Amino acid sequence: MIFINQVLQGVLLGGYYALIACGLSFMFGVMGVINLAHGSLAVVSAYALYVLADRFGVQPFIGLCVVAPLMALVGWALQRLVLERSARGGLLAPVLSTFGLSIILDNLLFQGFGADTRSLAPYIGDLSYDSWALTDQIAIGKLAALTMAVAIVLLGGVQIFLNRTLIGRAIRATAEDPDTVGLVGVNARRVNAVAAAIALATVAIAGAFLGMRATFDPYAGATQLIFAFEASVIGGAGSLWGTLAGGIVLGVAQSLGALVNPQGFFIAGHIAFFAVLFARLFLGRFGERVRIAVGGAIRT
Amino acid sequence: MSASKAAVERWTPESRIAIGAAAVVLVVLAIGPSIFSANAVDKLTTLFIYVILALMWNALVGFCGLVSIGQQAFFGLGAYAAIRLANSGVGVYPSLFLGALIVGALSWPLSIVMLRLKGGEFAIGMWVVAELAHLIVNLDTLVRGETGTSLIELDAYSSASRRALTYWCALAAMTGLLAIVFRLLRSPLGAAIQAIRDNDEAAESVGVRVVSAKRLVFTLAAFGAAMGGALWVATALTFQPKAYFSPLWTAYMIFMALVGGLGTFEGAILGAVIFFAIDTWFGAMGVWYLVGLGATALIFALLFPRGFWGWFEDRTSLRLLPIGYRLRLPSLNRATADRRPDT
Amino acid sequence: MTLLQVDRLEARHGQLKAVRGVSLTIESGETVALIGANGAGKTTLLRTIAGAHRIAAGRVAFKGEDISSRSPHARAALGLALVPEGRRLFARLTVEENLQLARSAGRTGAWTLEAVMDAFPNLKDRRRALAGTLSGGEQQATAIGRALMMNPELLLLDEVSLGLSPLVVDRLYARLEALKSSGVAMLLVEQDLNRAMATASRAICMLEGAVAIEGPTGSLSREQVTEAYFGLNKSPRAEAPSP
Repeated sequence: MIFINQVLQGVLLGGYYALIACGLSFMFGVMGVINLAHGSLAVVSAYALYVLADRFGVQPFIGLCVVAPLMALVGWALQRLVLERSARGGLLAPVLSTFGLSIILDNLLFQGFGADTRSLAPYIGDLSYDSWALTDQIAIGKLAALTMAVAIVLLGGVQIFLNRTLIGRAIRATAEDPDTVGLVGVNARRVNAVAAAIALATVAIAGAFLGMRATFDPYAGATQLIFAFEASVIGGAGSLWGTLAGGIVLGVAQSLGALVNPQGFFIAGHIAFFAVLFARLFLGRFGERVRIAVGGAIRT
Repeated sequence: MSASKAAVERWTPESRIAIGAAAVVLVVLAIGPSIFSANAVDKLTTLFIYVILALMWNALVGFCGLVSIGQQAFFGLGAYAAIRLANSGVGVYPSLFLGALIVGALSWPLSIVMLRLKGGEFAIGMWVVAELAHLIVNLDTLVRGETGTSLIELDAYSSASRRALTYWCALAAMTGLLAIVFRLLRSPLGAAIQAIRDNDEAAESVGVRVVSAKRLVFTLAAFGAAMGGALWVATALTFQPKAYFSPLWTAYMIFMALVGGLGTFEGAILGAVIFFAIDTWFGAMGVWYLVGLGATALIFALLFPRGFWGWFEDRTSLRLLPIGYRLRLPSLNRATADRRPDT
Repeated sequence: MTLLQVDRLEARHGQLKAVRGVSLTIESGETVALIGANGAGKTTLLRTIAGAHRIAAGRVAFKGEDISSRSPHARAALGLALVPEGRRLFARLTVEENLQLARSAGRTGAWTLEAVMDAFPNLKDRRRALAGTLSGGEQQATAIGRALMMNPELLLLDEVSLGLSPLVVDRLYARLEALKSSGVAMLLVEQDLNRAMATASRAICMLEGAVAIEGPTGSLSREQVTEAYFGLNKSPRAEAPSP
């Protein structure tokens, strides 16, 4: 029973991972850029919401209505000022520049807020700990369920956006062939900026849920980046529904690992990551079939 | 005399002078502990470690085009290996080298998996390796979790001899690695590596064994980083996993490589010296120092990817090291057509 | 009115001059054939006019405006559409999505999705198919359709018959004939001399990046064209790469 509960918690945790991985996967799928500042930006969002809640009494979900558009603007700026330039500098520049950016963000946060851990949980009342008890030993946290629901809605929403709107198609086309896309009247620069804006809006949402479900400190970005990365890769980098699957696999592995040892949580996650990587790289076809079965077939 | 025909040469007058000067510097450094103050010896030891780290990261990134945010894995493992070996009875100073060798050897099979990843995936993948290494090391009761432990076997030495021995080890390691990389660059493998950096498919098509060249550089870089870690624990004495496995080490390496000049031998040394100076002057400033480091890395990555040495090389045709080939045409005074790759 | 004016255009691939001082004009509604052997610079010229390739020297003017520094999407918005060599469809988008994408150019006109479907009936059944799964002829139809969806005034067609069977090419050219009457000007690159001369009212022959001969298709004899095409009676030119 405890085992089943852990698996369930792991699945729900996967919902959070899907949220945080969505933006990273989206940016990678569209622009081929791995944004190493991704985690730090989620933490920045969490701090922004914290400030709104702590200093102005704005409840986090309402605060998101301000922070998400703000982060979208940040995404626009990030693309125009940093990512666009660094894409021209070759393969190294985007990695190096976004890593530099993450260091700047982390340390500015430390400068502004100090080393104390914060949380948004106090500002969402009962939601942070309420749960539905299915049996004595199995419970579903309301926040965790909400997170999973939001993840599904968000991933679905982005998928619909990409498939049904003109700009969504433009984004997919630009991802596939950025050179030809101008010839059909698509402004590739603007498309990429919009994609970055969307990606960062999702990062803001992820940051909100990070703050609500756990504590965060200025240097929490690194861990979030690694989890987002692992979830993306497990699910098949660039595929949105695969990201959900990857998040779930990661969450379940971690939850089961926690049963063994407190550090087992993290260790199991990393091992699961390497196991999937290994399988995909070396078992070739079999790995492909596993990935497709897990949902990576629907590519954006 | 009849006009000379075109000739291919490796050594130039500048590079002869440079190598000569380097040899003199080396001799002076070798007798360092007897002529420099204790403080200077300590500082130089730190500088040597920085040079090692810069050189190794530069080799990996600059020569193979492999960006890794996880070299701290080997840095930490090298320190840990040294502690474990010393603890089990191996002499302290041999432990440093042996530990690094073991970590280097372990990185060879690791490269088989990791080198299958490309670009950003490789970069973060290596970070995951570092995190995993950190977690596993923490499980060792000797290390006592994040509290850490220290290289207590060093207590057997007086502080003066400890300082000198560590200094010489660092100097030897740095010189050795510089020599290895220099030799590598001058060899056919060196050309292969640079070809890989420019375009690996093209390199493969002309017969370059891309995978084994990359694997070699990966392993060397791991060994070097491990050596750096082992030497660091010999100077710092304490080993807290969190400090050794921190991605901040990669941040330092990135800074040194970018500012000095990615992909250039001299750039690694220059970058280490600059970083050392900045660390000495601003290190006490806490987070603003780190913000500055990040900002510098960002600016250099975007605007000056070739770093100071690259900028210098572009402005002059000075090549201090006899790497690459120069074509001397009879009708011209200066040699032309240098084979230096662009970043 | 003069729709397109190209003045002493130069374009390079690295150090190689692919287009060397080409000048040409195209009037509204005209159909001009651009012929020449492989490597003559035809594709580079078309891509440079469309904005996909950098201009090294010279200028391009469209409807009187100098568009030399405009981006490709800006040129598309003005009414200049290129059907690229090799089609360059977005394989992971459906036929319909590929066509709809052209609305990004922001130009309305007679060419709607339905009109394109009518013009290329073989696409009607394949609307929802991924572009990567189409046959050669269907891909070419989609590529031309995509360009038409931008309601262009000038259509640049690069080797539309490449890799297609004669029957399919016949059908394609029948469509192009029909297009002529809709008023759109066309500059088409075509390897097949017969088709080129039959479809176009004027022909420009390129050799080694420069215009070798041009004139109304009626007035050019086969011999003249063949000589210009292959560079017969020309002394071999050895030209060192420019610095």
